[in-house]
Amino acid sequence: MDLLPLIVAVPLLAGFVLPLVPKRAERLADGLALLTAAVLAALSIVALRMPDCIYAIGGWNPPIGINFVLDGASKLMLLVVCVITFVITLYSPAYMVRFTGKRKFYALFFLMVAGMNGVVLTGDMFNLFVFIEIASIASYALVGFGCQKEELEASFRYLVLGSVASSMILLGIALLYAKMGTVNMAHLSDKIAAAGGLGGAGPTTPEGKASALLIFATVLFICGLGLKAALVPFHAWLPDAHPSAPTPISAMLSGLLIKTVGVYALARVLFSVIGITPVVSNVLMILGALSMVVGVFVAIGQWDFKRLLAYHSISQMGYIVLAIGLATPLGVVAGLFHLVNHAIFKPLLFLTAGSVEYRTGTRQLDQMGGLNKKMPVTGTTSFIASMSIAGVPPFNGFFSKLLIIIACFQAGRYGFAIAAVVVSILTLASFTKVQKYAFFGPLKQKWGRITEVPATMAAAMALLAVLCLASSALMLKGPREFLLGNAQRSLTERQEYVERVLGNKHAGGDESLKSF
Amino acid sequence: MVYLLCLVLFLIGIYGVLTQRNLIKIILSLAVVESSVSLFLILLGYRVGGIAPIETAARPHESFIGMSVDPLPQAMVLTAIVISLGVLALSIAIAMRLYQRYGTYDVTQIRNLRG
Repeated sequence: MDLLPLIVAVPLLAGFVLPLVPKRAERLADGLALLTAAVLAALSIVALRMPDCIYAIGGWNPPIGINFVLDGASKLMLLVVCVITFVITLYSPAYMVRFTGKRKFYALFFLMVAGMNGVVLTGDMFNLFVFIEIASIASYALVGFGCQKEELEASFRYLVLGSVASSMILLGIALLYAKMGTVNMAHLSDKIAAAGGLGGAGPTTPEGKASALLIFATVLFICGLGLKAALVPFHAWLPDAHPSAPTPISAMLSGLLIKTVGVYALARVLFSVIGITPVVSNVLMILGALSMVVGVFVAIGQWDFKRLLAYHSISQMGYIVLAIGLATPLGVVAGLFHLVNHAIFKPLLFLTAGSVEYRTGTRQLDQMGGLNKKMPVTGTTSFIASMSIAGVPPFNGFFSKLLIIIACFQAGRYGFAIAAVVVSILTLASFTKVQKYAFFGPLKQKWGRITEVPATMAAAMALLAVLCLASSALMLKGPREFLLGNAQRSLTERQEYVERVLGNKHAGGDESLKSF
Repeated sequence: MVYLLCLVLFLIGIYGVLTQRNLIKIILSLAVVESSVSLFLILLGYRVGGIAPIETAARPHESFIGMSVDPLPQAMVLTAIVISLGVLALSIAIAMRLYQRYGTYDVTQIRNLRG
């Protein structure tokens, strides 16, 4: 239980200590960064085995103080964030040598990780906003880290849109506070349920129905968090920002950031706090399906390796939001499964793209060719990741997409199921192109002298490739129930969430407030 | 009614972000958006003729609760202001770097990316 604040504090500490390491001792900074990430990964695995619990910061009990909540969904997200962070930290030292200021990079990197872990753990709406901002501000700076023309431009655009989104989220929180008088998630959830929720079935108060303001707040949350998650009408910043960042950051942004501050926060707010209704569910599904289709169609025409991957991120996020938007138990499980898988194969794809760029200096697919012969590890891992994202059987992407399609059928949403199948085929086509132009075919003359990337980078990619296969095991009943089933229940069962945080006689929350 | 003014301010800021061509004006519009939300939060806790939320022995507890302003939004606004200051500083730093690279603040001339 006392472990929870450490999960946020460790990366925060590392973020402020690492820039103090003298420049001569950059090796030490690399080592410390790797150590921090390893500790985080270990903590997340320990947290996985702990019972569900809460931690009241400063000893102020839930309805009053800020609290961290560890339940199925946050355990799953913590595991994903910390393990992938570890692998990417392994990749970073060798890749980042071409940038100056590696220690500043680590500072921002761990600040972003601290923000994401905070988003996952927090049980307080305003605290959620603060952690979203910590992660976002670090990511704005990281996108512009290279300080080249395009990078600065992408960073500025991302910053402007991201800040508008944050303001919307804060306005939504302010509206909830105005109506309900609390910012604690569980307490809010309880009060909103008592007021009849979004449907407006509750009693009409003198100031009018509680539902009008709630609907406005919900719209603000969907817009704000949807912008952070890059769903289609709000996606314009992503294809610029993600490819512009240094490769480890592209992997972090696409693999983790848009999921934690976007989808996870959205799911937490809509499912656990406000409570999902058929209308909201439909809106989510339409946004998801749009992202899925638009993302993949634009991706097919791309020749810039990282840009293509960024558009596929939009498309795959569409799958996740579509499945979670179904709001059936199977749908949420399938969405979370795809979230885990995407957090594995998309960083791997970005890392392989970065490796190719590291050796050849280009991101244009038509400039490459036959790289398999010179870079076998990069080529093989990229092939595995491509097959995963395209949904080819032995790899993880196939199983989660299958579950999503089954969930759509089960819910009677045949149109969405067919769209998911078609998008999957188009994704396969797009990645066949990547493999054909970059890794297969004859080797171009000018690449005669390139070699495989350094061992740490290759090891990171190999590790992720193994995870691509290993996470297929989540399809088996035992692991699926343990990881995904618990996560799904903790998201969708509002009453359980409220009781976990406020205790069984949660009406007592108001009593303790009165004594103030 | 006064809450509606906050919304108007918010929308003015969004309009500025969307329509302005000068980077500095975009940043200022962003500041307007953030200020409007802060203003809204602080107004939520305000009460006409209220007293500072500091409880003293001189005042009985019940009447204190009836008279003081709500301190929670004040704490939240302080945090929100610090965050928007950070965003503002970062955006100005990026705008300065952009000016060094392009020699202009006009967004229509800073157009290498396709969006």
